[in-house]
Amino acid sequence: MLVGAADVRRFIERYADLIDEHADELTELDAAIGDADHGINMRRGMHAVRERLPGAETPEAVLKSVATTLISKVGGAAGPLYGTAFLRASAAVAGKETLNEADLVALFAAALAGLRQRGGAQAQDKTMIDAFAPAVDALAAAVAQGVDGHGALEAARNAAHAGSDATIDLVARKGRASYLGERARGHRDPGSWSTALLFDAAAATLGGPVQ
Amino acid sequence: MKKLINAIDAIVDESCEGVALAHPELVRFNREPRFLARAATPRAGKVALVSGGGSGHEPLHGGFVGMGMLDAACPGEVFTSPVPDQMDAAGRAVQTGGGVLFIVKNYTGDVMNFDLASELLTADGIEVRTVLIADDVAVQDSLYTAGRRGVGNTVFVEKLAGAAAERGAAAGEVERIAKKAADAGRSMGLALTSCTVPAKGSPTFELGEQEMEIGIGIHGEPGRERAALAAADEIVERIALPVIEDLGLKRGERVIAMTNGMGGTPLLELYIAHRKLVQMLGDRGVTIARTLVGNYITSLDMQGCSITLLRADDELLGLWDAPVHTPALRWGC
Repeated sequence: MLVGAADVRRFIERYADLIDEHADELTELDAAIGDADHGINMRRGMHAVRERLPGAETPEAVLKSVATTLISKVGGAAGPLYGTAFLRASAAVAGKETLNEADLVALFAAALAGLRQRGGAQAQDKTMIDAFAPAVDALAAAVAQGVDGHGALEAARNAAHAGSDATIDLVARKGRASYLGERARGHRDPGSWSTALLFDAAAATLGGPVQ
Repeated sequence: MKKLINAIDAIVDESCEGVALAHPELVRFNREPRFLARAATPRAGKVALVSGGGSGHEPLHGGFVGMGMLDAACPGEVFTSPVPDQMDAAGRAVQTGGGVLFIVKNYTGDVMNFDLASELLTADGIEVRTVLIADDVAVQDSLYTAGRRGVGNTVFVEKLAGAAAERGAAAGEVERIAKKAADAGRSMGLALTSCTVPAKGSPTFELGEQEMEIGIGIHGEPGRERAALAAADEIVERIALPVIEDLGLKRGERVIAMTNGMGGTPLLELYIAHRKLVQMLGDRGVTIARTLVGNYITSLDMQGCSITLLRADDELLGLWDAPVHTPALRWGC
């Protein structure tokens, strides 16, 4: 399996579409335990990302463009967090024209490391980490077992969804929901849901072959 | 939803334009990246005070730009922190060699975006210090939360640190005053109704006719508990007592007190609330040395109020009384 810059562009465009479709839902989730702006911000950010997306150069250039746009357009916590994730993802595939399965693992693992550093969240804090970390683990495990790109990304996607579902029963320890104590239990973390959508987009576009 | 707006996307820019048009002698508006800055360039070497945060809390922060308070304010989208480009550009625009002090309310997004801006400015040799405001006693400060939220004490810190900077204090001294004020102030609020975020178009939360939310945040975040609606005196007791106790105020001490409206509560009612606050402090032998009553840090159209108390000494009272001239606060000049 190999994917190129055009596939990475399709990944980002697919993510922008999914954010559009789910923006109201993300905002409703945020209204329950946060400040009711996650879908609004992500939609504004991904619209700006789509407008500025460069022509297909390299995966690195596409991902870096996404990062700088998110950091300079989104605000809130989501901008710096997703922006940092894409910036690290970009650096992880620097200089490569095409990406194989191992590159995809490196890309998403670097993104996760960036998220952890910027936000300081741990597993079970009821944040996007709870969807992102299991997705990266599943992706790496599948690739290590020789599963092809499609299968590995499907495993990552399923793990992201399961991780997001599991946030419903958690009490938050980071972000605005952390102020709610027990009252946050019973609600899905909105950041974990926008992360699950990110892996939906990846599974739909990054399985190869090069387009 | 009924709002006095033209278009949802234009709310923040058009409101900032209005501030600059109303007070051209005090502030100017920079559209891209978005910030409000003092119309007159401060004298060389003055420490530049830059704050910012989501919009929807007016007059905070743009209304406090001017002589004796902020040098620049960076408004984000409604309830969304500004982006690093804004603080970076504002810092460069207003710094005159004395360094920059960021005044940041403790919210995850604000902290991250100001951190990124601080990295950008520092990389270019501009000295940046940051003071975090975390005064909301409604939420626990522990390892298991994001720490206390920054609310009403932000107004006090901006005034006191602004006075120190205006007097010509160096960066370390302005930072000391800002931290002293941040440590000395505590707040708590309540909501009678939810706010409505324009881009969402419906109330953030539902409160029954006979309910109120105690410990509400300034973004409509839920608070400590939902309780049955009560008379003003009882409500004020429930939000003022935790503030008094958290500060550990003792007989003979002095405070600066603010009874603040959330945007949708008339002054008629705020003064009823303030009357009770004065009684409570009087009963405890605490002197209110200075007072603000009005809408200073709001939550769009929310009905409700908050109480902020700051333990004062001669140094802080002297800074409080120093002249200030901003769109929303003016005295002594």
